[in-house]
Amino acid sequence: MADDFTAVLPANAWNWAAVWRRNYLAWRKVALASILGSLADPIISLFALGTGLGLMVGRVEGTSYIAFLAAGMVATSAMVASTFETIYAAFSRMHDRRIWEAILYTQLTLGDIVLGELAWAATKAFLAGTAIAAVAAALGYAAWPSVLYVLPVICLTGFAFASLAMIVTSLSPSYDYFVFYQTLVITPMMFLSGAVFPLTQLPGGLQRVARFLPLAHSIDLIRPAMLDRPAAGIGLHIGALCIYAVLPFFLSMALFRRRLMR
Amino acid sequence: MSKVAIEFAGVKKSFGNKLVVNGVSFTVASGECFGLLGPNGAGKSTLARMVLGMTRPDAGKVTVLGVPMPARGRLARKGIGVVPQFDNLDLEFTVRENLLVFGCYFGMSTRAIEAIIPSLLEFARLESKAHARVADLSGGMKRRLTLARALINDPQLLVMDEPTTGLDPHARHLIWERLRFLLARGKTIILTTHFMEEAERLCDRLCILDHGCNIAEGSPYALIEEHIGCPVIEIFGGNPQELSSLIRPYVQRVEVSGETVFCYAPDPEQVRAQLRGRSGLRFLQRPPNLEDVFLRLTGLELEK
Repeated sequence: MADDFTAVLPANAWNWAAVWRRNYLAWRKVALASILGSLADPIISLFALGTGLGLMVGRVEGTSYIAFLAAGMVATSAMVASTFETIYAAFSRMHDRRIWEAILYTQLTLGDIVLGELAWAATKAFLAGTAIAAVAAALGYAAWPSVLYVLPVICLTGFAFASLAMIVTSLSPSYDYFVFYQTLVITPMMFLSGAVFPLTQLPGGLQRVARFLPLAHSIDLIRPAMLDRPAAGIGLHIGALCIYAVLPFFLSMALFRRRLMR
Repeated sequence: MSKVAIEFAGVKKSFGNKLVVNGVSFTVASGECFGLLGPNGAGKSTLARMVLGMTRPDAGKVTVLGVPMPARGRLARKGIGVVPQFDNLDLEFTVRENLLVFGCYFGMSTRAIEAIIPSLLEFARLESKAHARVADLSGGMKRRLTLARALINDPQLLVMDEPTTGLDPHARHLIWERLRFLLARGKTIILTTHFMEEAERLCDRLCILDHGCNIAEGSPYALIEEHIGCPVIEIFGGNPQELSSLIRPYVQRVEVSGETVFCYAPDPEQVRAQLRGRSGLRFLQRPPNLEDVFLRLTGLELEK
């Protein structure tokens, strides 16, 4: 039994790249539409909320509201991009289009496929988050060059949320269940993690909850980098995001094995 | 190269409390075409998935290309090509891109894949479709592309799960011709089918499955000789029960399936003589085939 489980783990350190490349080649055909589509929403939110609400709330934590919100939007867009890639696009490749099944005929293992999908979702998160960070930096809402530190954090955020969403994908019988994950996990996480208002506005109990949320850890790394402030607890935040990236990865592999290789 | 390509020994598998494979054993030699024959739900596809290491047996041993499955499935799959029951081509890509992307899964370099794509397209008679989108191909073309895709790693063993189900006769004959070409080049093929004609034409040996059990095994000719061994007359158009009791004394065996009476008659003339003068009956006298074997062994009817 244990021997069987090692057979589904990633076979080596590079096999996953073939799956990543497959997704990249498919995406390249629709790249422009995909980029415009995934950027429009967060950028509109950033400017609408940033300027509209910004007028009312004034300065937040010693900076303009739009600069405060920009950091939250970078992390949130990374979260949303990798989550959606995993629950909708990867689910479609696994379930409807049987692309995973075809890949399992080859020397790739289930672990290679899941890792390739995570890397691809993290790539899309990286594109989405980086684009917002670039817009914010160009308009003077993020400090140069400390904004560069956000790039690896966006990537790690993408991995963590892809990995979490992979569990949902592995358990869901159909697309209909994904809306629960969106409305009950992803959307509340945005409000509980300090993306649009400071955590200090939350009641004490919820503040303690926020300490465990991956998005809160991501924002605690991204906001100081964009505002060029000293960050506290860098190791803790990176460690938490790594745990969210790694543990669900192994859990989802076990769940996919049960689902696809009965 | 080992002489034995696939070995199943006492393999069992249940899904929930449904026993789908009940102690199946067989051996497939290298270079042979071996058929798994049976009605829907007999356990054919489950056995095919076990060959690929995609389903774990509950009991028994599966050895493919010399390695135990599914524990060392990755090693075995390097030498296996697969044609699944349902097409799972990548619809976002063209014919050529499908082959390129699939070759990458085997760790092949782009240059190595590009070098063999022309011969694969020629094999699949898809030379003119290289840049067509897969979504625009006919059913037969998709099957041929799936077959070409299965050959990209130059496998020793091909696993085919109902390779011609859903194809028109012309497309089916083209696939059969291509499979005979592969057998002539020394490939081993294991295929599942519920088409008797397909099994008779292609398979060197086959086993007949029913309710997860291997109920007969041998070459198509030997199975037909052993279990039938005489001409068959099919009679339609009368009351099957009445006809069968009338001719029973004159034949080796008689069976009713639907509205057809199957007479296994060493002396067909005697049967005809008994029924002479009855109007509205139609006769078909033919050599025995695998379907007769199957009816004999299971009493079930298969699709023609």
